[in-house]
Amino acid sequence: MAVQGINFEVLEGEAFGFLGPNGAGKTTTMRMIQCVSPKTSGSLKVFGMDVDTNPREIKQLIGVVPQENNLDLDFTTNENLIRYATYFDIPQHEAIERAEELLKFMQLTEKSNVPIDKLSGGMKRRLILARALINNPRLLILDEPTTGLDPQARHLIWEKLRGLLVVGNTIVLTTHYMDEAAQLCDRIVVMDQGKILVTGKPDQLVREYTGNHIVEAEKNEDVISCLDKYSIPYDITGKKVQIFTQDPKEITRMLLDECAIGHVSARQTTLEDVFLKLTGRTLRD
Amino acid sequence: MVNLRSSKISYRIWKVWRRNLDTFMKTWKVNFIPPFLEPVLYLLALGLGVGSFITQVDGVSYARFIGPALIAIAVMNASFFECTYSSYVRMYYQKTFDAMIATPLSIEEVIAGELLWGATRGLIYATIMLPVLIIFGLIDLPISILALPISFLAGVMFACIGMCFTAITPGIDALSYPSFLFITPMFLFSGTFFPLTLLPPTLQYLALIFLPLTHVVRPIRALTLNHLDNSILISIGWVLIVTTALFYLSLRLMKKRLIV
Repeated sequence: MAVQGINFEVLEGEAFGFLGPNGAGKTTTMRMIQCVSPKTSGSLKVFGMDVDTNPREIKQLIGVVPQENNLDLDFTTNENLIRYATYFDIPQHEAIERAEELLKFMQLTEKSNVPIDKLSGGMKRRLILARALINNPRLLILDEPTTGLDPQARHLIWEKLRGLLVVGNTIVLTTHYMDEAAQLCDRIVVMDQGKILVTGKPDQLVREYTGNHIVEAEKNEDVISCLDKYSIPYDITGKKVQIFTQDPKEITRMLLDECAIGHVSARQTTLEDVFLKLTGRTLRD
Repeated sequence: MVNLRSSKISYRIWKVWRRNLDTFMKTWKVNFIPPFLEPVLYLLALGLGVGSFITQVDGVSYARFIGPALIAIAVMNASFFECTYSSYVRMYYQKTFDAMIATPLSIEEVIAGELLWGATRGLIYATIMLPVLIIFGLIDLPISILALPISFLAGVMFACIGMCFTAITPGIDALSYPSFLFITPMFLFSGTFFPLTLLPPTLQYLALIFLPLTHVVRPIRALTLNHLDNSILISIGWVLIVTTALFYLSLRLMKKRLIV
């Protein structure tokens, strides 16, 4: 079983992120929302409709960016969009207009008549996003939308997604990139092994689980015995000792003065620290 | 269980069919050559070559005997290979099916559309071959035109057979097994190049039960030679029943493969 007993609610107009290591069940959850993967029990509603009884109506209202590119290699960029539009029963003339608009929106106009295998990775991803928008969806489902892209392409996609949120679209996405989640998502869940570990706003989760700041020192016996002496909780990761705290000044001062440690660094914690704290550092695949 | 309520299979299967037709037409020149060339080559090699040693088979010339079998074989190959290798590439390598089922198209429609296209490809091949056989003066008109609807029905059957193998194959290489363990014997032992009656009775029965092509060759030959009898209806009935069963089976197996 890929996911078990998960419970979440996405509000209209928000960006909702699913974070988790590989195999956490993110993609399965996406596929259940888009009425492709079946669920063994429980209830799942999209726009108030049941995924089991109204898949067609639901699919008419959503746009999907799958994890793996599945553009139609037998057709050109423009043909891909127009053909996809026919699957939604969009009339031909409207499809042509819409394809032109979307190619412009995703800055692909000059690639209009190019076969898919001549596009770069970033262009393919942009085209997939354009394709997901062909039916004017109310909900966008993005499964790792920017994995493998260069920073320019990622930022362009983020910018477009923010634009879509401004005009009232709802976005559900999965990602491995914590900065992507922090940049885009109003709320996130962290999943692992088919279960949801936490739900909340990114900054709120950072505060709650890592206390906003992290102080790092080199791992050695002196540091550890010193921390133990003052009973300060810490984590050991590789060659470092990490102390999550609300008061980095005090901890740093103490480490330098009381424990006589030479090298200490302090920084703000990020979602990545929350993620690693919750899901551990073991490789998943 | 496969559900065939109208909500699962609708007019949308034509969209899948149309996608494949458009791809086919992009390379129409190369696609139209085999059905045109194949009967010419077979008729020259077997009809003129081998046929010169044979005075008559079942009361007709050897070329007239194999002519209708060539149509049946072409339909079998076109539909079977379309729904094995080509469908597998679309399903596994190009992820075309995944892209389609993210739209209002259902999985059942995608598969049914593929089958419909596989059968259409068989029909296209039969339609191109018929004039070639007419030019060679090997078939009776106008009754032979009825070979086309039978070719389409046969196309659906071979498309479904192919799709069942596509649904269960572990990879594209393993599709060679049904090709040479099933399609090749069928090509040779379905009353194609010699009458079934020359085989020992047991083998005749085995061919009639297990080799669907025998039930395609028989009616097509009866029509092109204008030798009509009840065996046509029996064979068409056999094909209809088997096709219906295989249609459901292929949908079911493909759903099992695709829904994860």
